[in-house]
Amino acid sequence: MSRVWIVKSILLLVIIAMMAVAGTQLYKHRHFKMPVVAGLGVTKVAKLSDYIEGLKGTVADTNVFFLEGKEEGGKILIIANTHANEPAAILSALIFVENAVVDKGTLIIIPEFNNSAGRNTRPGDGYPLYFKIPTDWGSKKFRMGNRDASPLDQWPDPDVYVHYPEKQLLSFLDVRNTNRTWPGRPKGPLMEQVTYGAMQIMRQEKVDIAVDIHGAETMFPVTNCIVAPTKSMRIATMTSLTVKSRERFENHVEPSPSGFRGLSHREIGDYSDALPFLLEAPLPFLDQPTGPKTVDLLLDGKDPFLLSLSKKKKLFVPYDETGWPMEKRVGQHCSVVLEIVRQYSRKFPDKAIKLRNVPRYADVVQNGVGHYYHDPNKANKADVYFN
Amino acid sequence: MPLIMILYYVICAYLAGMLLWNFIREKKSVNDMLLYLLVMIPLILRILRVK
Repeated sequence: MSRVWIVKSILLLVIIAMMAVAGTQLYKHRHFKMPVVAGLGVTKVAKLSDYIEGLKGTVADTNVFFLEGKEEGGKILIIANTHANEPAAILSALIFVENAVVDKGTLIIIPEFNNSAGRNTRPGDGYPLYFKIPTDWGSKKFRMGNRDASPLDQWPDPDVYVHYPEKQLLSFLDVRNTNRTWPGRPKGPLMEQVTYGAMQIMRQEKVDIAVDIHGAETMFPVTNCIVAPTKSMRIATMTSLTVKSRERFENHVEPSPSGFRGLSHREIGDYSDALPFLLEAPLPFLDQPTGPKTVDLLLDGKDPFLLSLSKKKKLFVPYDETGWPMEKRVGQHCSVVLEIVRQYSRKFPDKAIKLRNVPRYADVVQNGVGHYYHDPNKANKADVYFN
Repeated sequence: MPLIMILYYVICAYLAGMLLWNFIREKKSVNDMLLYLLVMIPLILRILRVK
């Protein structure tokens, strides 16, 4: 064998080894199945494709959990992982799925709304592929996803995303962002079909309240808040005031801009009878001027650069050495959802929703998020669902 | 899978094939050999639907 071919063979082997190591990790991440234990309150589990045929057999299809009360009442839809890199959303949604019991009305939960984004990652930003939440029985492993759906599932991106039906010009990336593709259409790009499926749930099930759970940078003004359009504003304001006075945490109200299209808090209100609310909790991991994007930063939100910026009053939320731990963020989401339900039930007593067995802010901060998850290995196999 | 996505995979395979051909033909520059292989990585991962 000539010297040239020896060099070529060595180079080829090195590259194949690199590709195999990286490729295996990415393949496993994309195909990792996370178990969800359906709690006592879950009465049925449907698929999003039950509401829009086009999603059947695609990665974008996802589980929809129904918790129906014995007594008729209002209906609330909770959507999590619209952005799969904002994990307080799925952690909060799973607390409801695994624990909530509904006495009156119906609770519908989609824990992994953008299922494709949950199988995507951002290696260029050094995102971890997984994170673990400590529980009473060990730890529960979650996929860390990305903001947008994977290009493997929806491609190509346009030069400019023309929003349907408002025709507003949005960034090309937003065609894969399920918080820009509302209200969607049945024959549109895959992510428009995902949001259309959720709109169909709201229309067919006659949903009264829609809550979309998110996380946002501490340097972004729309953080630690409830975003609501005019029709939801009264309930959002009462919720904000009540959690501040009773539970001692800030969660101000931001109006949904009528000229910015495609967002859940705008289009759900405009294209259905439901009252939309978008919840934001601070997520230091998403801020740009931080140290490495580690699992610790994701879970405890502690970062020396943000601390320095906080001292210079550059952040939009209070920030100190304790960071923004996941317990605080998830606890806030749980309390705000429960308070929205309570305020809605007071305003519309004939459509009241009665939920129990869901922890509030102080409970989650004290006990930790993992305390509320059940061991899938000890649960009845029929109650374990994979996404 | 929409037609445009299938065409995209065909383009990826074509480019990967051209790079491999250039890699095979290269006789002198080790740098170029390495570059051909590095550029092939994302194309191969895409064809395999890994990333």
